[in-house]
Amino acid sequence: MSVIIYSESENGKFKKSAFELASYGRALADKLGLSLIAISINNNEVDPISNFGVDKLIQVNDKELEKFQVNNYSKIISEIAAKNDVKILLLSSSADSKYLAPILSVKLSSGCVSNVVELPESTNPLIVKRSCFTNKAFSYVNLSEKINLISLSNNSYGVVENPKKMEKENFSFSADKASLKIEKIEKVTGKVTIADADVVVSGGRGLKGPENWALVENLADVLGAATACSKPVSDMGWRPHSEHVGQTGKPVASNLYIAIGISGAIQHLAGINSSKVKVVINNDPEAPFFKAADYGIVGDAFEVIPKLTEKLKEFKS
Amino acid sequence: MKILVCISHVPDTTSKINFTDNNKSFDTNGIQYIINPNDEFGLTKAVWMKESHKAEVVVASVGEAPCESTLRKCLAIGADRAIRVNMNPLDGFSVAKQLVNICEKEKFDLIIAGRESIDYNGGMVPGIIAELINYNYVANCISLEIDKNKATAAREIDGGKEIISSDLPLVIGSQKGLVEEKDLIIPNMRGIMQARQKPLEVIEPIEVNPKTLSNKYEKPSPKGEVKMVGSEEIDKLIDLLHNEAKVI
Ligand SMILES: Cc1cc2nc3c(=O)[nH]c(=O)nc-3n(C[C@H](O)[C@H](O)[C@H](O)COP(=O)(O)OP(=O)(O)OC[C@H]3O[C@@H](n4cnc5c(N)ncnc54)[C@H](O)[C@@H]3O)c2cc1C
Ligand SMILES: Nc1ncnc2c1ncn2[C@@H]1O[C@H](COP(=O)(O)O)[C@@H](O)[C@H]1O
Repeated sequence: MSVIIYSESENGKFKKSAFELASYGRALADKLGLSLIAISINNNEVDPISNFGVDKLIQVNDKELEKFQVNNYSKIISEIAAKNDVKILLLSSSADSKYLAPILSVKLSSGCVSNVVELPESTNPLIVKRSCFTNKAFSYVNLSEKINLISLSNNSYGVVENPKKMEKENFSFSADKASLKIEKIEKVTGKVTIADADVVVSGGRGLKGPENWALVENLADVLGAATACSKPVSDMGWRPHSEHVGQTGKPVASNLYIAIGISGAIQHLAGINSSKVKVVINNDPEAPFFKAADYGIVGDAFEVIPKLTEKLKEFKS
Repeated sequence: MKILVCISHVPDTTSKINFTDNNKSFDTNGIQYIINPNDEFGLTKAVWMKESHKAEVVVASVGEAPCESTLRKCLAIGADRAIRVNMNPLDGFSVAKQLVNICEKEKFDLIIAGRESIDYNGGMVPGIIAELINYNYVANCISLEIDKNKATAAREIDGGKEIISSDLPLVIGSQKGLVEEKDLIIPNMRGIMQARQKPLEVIEPIEVNPKTLSNKYEKPSPKGEVKMVGSEEIDKLIDLLHNEAKVI
């Protein structure tokens, strides 16, 4: 029996979340006395993941799999999982993994739980802690099926080095003629995404208009951060919907979240609650966001942000 | 064409979340309920397709009697009829099974469920439905065009989007983008009056065992005090983030 992770790659290399998932998987496998297997698709640099406790890597390389296509990918993962007597299948919280999770749970007749934030509270019975009510609460979920699927919240466990002698195996797969076709992928290149970012810089209505967003972008550049915004900012078309964070937008689980000119409405806070450190810059000392912040500056964004950006540039060099 | 929109009846986004019964149950005291926001985007899209595609729009919710108010609101927005499966929803799998039972009785060309519910946040139901009835599935759907039997949809991915084509029938996970916030339909008096006449059928659940059970809740631990830094002390903020918080 094994714990299996689906370790995602991008441009032929592992994503950081793959190392976090391996670290979590190692700890879980040790608790259960099982081995840890990683599945990797179309990756040319697989060795780095051996540093995070993987016993065996199962590789699938196929030109047909260049684009993520959910029917093919779920078929591969479920076949490998079944063949290797999976007990727990672990996925990340990327858009692709969230797409796969429910489909895999049906293929494997497994229990399935998303947004998991810690190692299981107990392994027999298996009880895991997950966030719910959009980060306003946690629940402890009992998983009683023979096979269970766990999706780990990004950045909730961290990476833990644990070098192993990793065995490698190839798995060959013939893609089905798909009735669901990926026609085109439009991706912003060279920009950190909110899902993968360690730092997120976010702007609200306090920034007055889209023409002022250089403020947010320059600060984000210095920090290697993703940019985000409050809901009204995306509804007014100042920024794309993909940047809207909060209860009805994207969740943010970064290490650092910097909120500029955002009041801190309950729906906004719900989405960013699980970010570890929050810095709030707002010219209104009564802004509710300060109550949810770790560090705050009362000041005019148009004065504070350029200064902060300059000083950070100096600090980084 | 026939469309099913799956509706989750959820606490209003401003709700304070509390638990009772030794943290075993959600405290519904004083809670207002709404249509799950992601489902409302999907419902709006479906209502538009009543005209453009001569669609019949059915809404379904798995829930006890109180969720009928939410279904009535869907009817007032423009759905043609509603189905309630009389059961307390316990997990994504058992909810999906009940909805699949409806889909097997009536054939839908398009099944819409929200990307996720804002209470359970499973993000599971549409994908499970699709796999159980062997339909194609597009998650995080931010645009959809249907021409006869062909659908072209966009899925939001990390850092961009992807254009997908598929034949019908299809299941999508709806979210903002499928329609915009300003497109949401606020029911008018006529809609509300008509909704009272529209059929709302209550059916009994089929027997399904849930695969997961939430048995205890917890609230996040209270935050420490915020540290305020003067707007002239930017260096101090950088120092705190570097040496104290260790995030830069
Ligand atoms: C069903 C529903 C779902 C929702 N979901 C979300 C969600 O997912 N995400 C979300 O963000 N919101 C959501 N909202 C909206 C939310 O209630 C708030 O309206 C929104 O978050 C406010 O955005 P804001 O903070 O940018 O704007 P405002 O509330 O207008 O705040 C602007 C802030 O900027 C400050 N400011 C002004 N000028 C300056 C300056 N020069 N320098 C510094 N600060 C300045 C002001 O003091 C103020 O605090 C939702 C609402 C509803 C009803
Ligand atoms: N009890 C329910 N009745 C009908 N549809 C539901 C129910 N619960 C969830 N759904 C649908 O499934 C979507 C995803 O829910 P979830 O998997 O709980 O995040 C929701 O947005 C709804 O469209």
